[in-house]
Amino acid sequence: MTALDESPAEVPQESMAVTAAVGASVPVHQPKGSSKGHRLKNLIPPLVTFAIFIGVWYLYSWSRFDNPAQRRNALPYPHTVITDGFLPLWDESNGLRPILGYMWPTVKVTLIGLGISIVLGVAIAVVMNLSKGMERALFPYAVILQTVPILAITPLLTQLFGDEIGVRLVVVVLIAIFPVITNTLFGLQSTDRLHHDLFTLNHVSRWTRLRKLELPSALPAMMAGIRIASGGAVIGAIVADFFFNQGEKGIGYYIRNRQQRAANRPEMFAGTITASMFGVVMFLIVGAITARAIRNWHESASRQT
Amino acid sequence: MFTLVGWASTVATTNFTEDMMTDTEYASDLSGTATSPRLRFEHLSMVFPDGTHAIDDVSFSVDPGEFVTVVGPSGCGKSTLLRIASGLTQHTGGVCDVNRDSIGYVFQDATLLPWRTVQKNVELNAELHGMSKQDRQRLSAEAIELVNLVGHEDKFPKQLSGGMKMRCSLARSLVLNPEVFLFDEPFGALDEITRERLNDELINLFNSEKFAALFITHSIAEAVFLSTRVLVMSARPGRLIGDYQIPFGAERPHDIRFEPEFAEICGLINNDLKDAHT
Repeated sequence: MTALDESPAEVPQESMAVTAAVGASVPVHQPKGSSKGHRLKNLIPPLVTFAIFIGVWYLYSWSRFDNPAQRRNALPYPHTVITDGFLPLWDESNGLRPILGYMWPTVKVTLIGLGISIVLGVAIAVVMNLSKGMERALFPYAVILQTVPILAITPLLTQLFGDEIGVRLVVVVLIAIFPVITNTLFGLQSTDRLHHDLFTLNHVSRWTRLRKLELPSALPAMMAGIRIASGGAVIGAIVADFFFNQGEKGIGYYIRNRQQRAANRPEMFAGTITASMFGVVMFLIVGAITARAIRNWHESASRQT
Repeated sequence: MFTLVGWASTVATTNFTEDMMTDTEYASDLSGTATSPRLRFEHLSMVFPDGTHAIDDVSFSVDPGEFVTVVGPSGCGKSTLLRIASGLTQHTGGVCDVNRDSIGYVFQDATLLPWRTVQKNVELNAELHGMSKQDRQRLSAEAIELVNLVGHEDKFPKQLSGGMKMRCSLARSLVLNPEVFLFDEPFGALDEITRERLNDELINLFNSEKFAALFITHSIAEAVFLSTRVLVMSARPGRLIGDYQIPFGAERPHDIRFEPEFAEICGLINNDLKDAHT
C-alpha cells in the first residue's frame, strides 16, 4: 500500500516516521518445536563436517609422520588423544580426572569475569547513551581496552593486581567487556524513534525511558554481545594461566605444563579440546538464554531454516 | 530534557502583531463555535532549522465532537501539524493551544513494544502515567473490548495482523480517555478492506467517546467518510487551500461511500489536491 506519504528527503523531522511505517505488517509465523526426526536431520550437517575434520586429521598425521613415536609426540591420531589423553580415567596425574580438576578454577574465573564484564559493560554503555558528549568521552578508551596487547603488559598487571584470581579476572574483563559495551550501546541507540516519541508524549523520566524502553529494546543486541564475550572470557581465563602462576591453577596451566614434554602431546590435546569444549558450552548456554529471553517477540527467534 | 514544553510558553512567544491580523480564514474559524475548542492553531508556521518551510499561516480549531481531517500532497507538513499539536516538535510562529496532558497520539506505525503482550501494551500509557495496577487493568480491559481485541490479550505484536496491531495501538490511547485524538495516517499501511473496516469501527468509537479528533491521511475517501470537516493543505510550504464541512450525520453506514453526494465531495477535494500539487 501507500505508506510512503511524506518523502523523507523533504521533511527531515518526518523521515524517521516514514521508514518505521514501511513494512508495518509482519506475517504471523510461529514455528512450533521441531519433531524428533527433524532435530536428527538438523544434526547431520555438523556431523558430516566433524567426520571430514577427523578424516583430514588422520590423513595429515599419517602422511606427515612415518615414525609412530614421532607422530604421537607431534600430531597424534585422534584415537591416541582419546586413549592416552582422556582415558587414563582415574589416574591422579593424567587423563580426564586432572583435566576436570583444572577446569573448575577456569570455569570459576570465566563466569565471575563474564559477570563483571556484563554488569560493567552494560553500565558503561548506559552512561555513554546518556549523551553524545559522554559517548565521545568514553568510547576511545573502550576501544583501547580492546586493543591493548594484554600479553605485553603482564608484568604490569602482576604488579597492579597480584598473581592470583584478581589478575585473572582483570584479563578476562579486559577481553570480554568490549563486545558487551559496543553491542549494548548499539542496541540502546537503535531504539525506535517512534517509540521514543511515544514515551516523550507520556512525560516519562530518563530512568523510566531507560528501564521500560531502551534496555528491553537493546536486549537482543546486548545478548549478542554477551555471546561474543563468553567465548572471549574462556580464552582470557585460559591465557591468564599461562602468565600468572599463583593462586588456583586452571586448565591453561595443565596445557602449558603438558606442552613442555613432547611425550605429553596427547594430554596437551586432551586439555585443549576440553577447554574449547567449555567455550562451546558457554556459547550454547548464552544462546539458549537469549532464545528464551526474546523468543516471543524478536524476529531472530522465529528464524528456523 | 524532553521536547515537550507546556503550551503556556508557546503562547508567550507568540508574535502578537501577526495575531492581530484577522483575515477571512481566521474569522470563519470563530464562527459558530460556542464551546471552547480543544485544539486551536492560529497563524501557525513552522520553519525547520535547515530552512525547510513546512507550514505557513495555518489557522483552524477542533471542537469536542468534531472530527477534522487534513489531506494534502506528500511532504506538505501534515504530520508536522500533529507533532506540533502534541509538543513533539516546537513550532516557530503563531499559536498552538491544546491541553497536552490529555492527548491521544496514534502513530503511522502501531508502535507497539514488541516485548509486551497486547494487554501490557494497552496498559503502557496508563502505566507511564503512574496509574495503579488495578485501575489500568480495568481500563485496559474496557479498551480492548472497545477495539474488538478480546481473546488476544496474551498475544505478542509479532503474532498480530496489521489491522490488529492498529487496534491495539488505538486501545492504548483510549485507556487515558484523552480529550484530543491525533491520528497520523494510522491506516495508511493497511489493505483497503481492513482499512474500511477500521474506519467503520473508528466512527463508532468517535460517536461513543466524543473526543476531538485531528486526522491526517492522503486517502480522500477515508477523509470524507470519517470527518465532520475536511481541510486541504497545499504543497510546501503547507497552507490551507480548501475547507469542507461534511454534510453526513454522526452515523456513517458503510455504504455511504457509494452515495453520489459522497463521490461529489471526493471530487471537489480531488480537484483542490490537483491544484495543490502544481
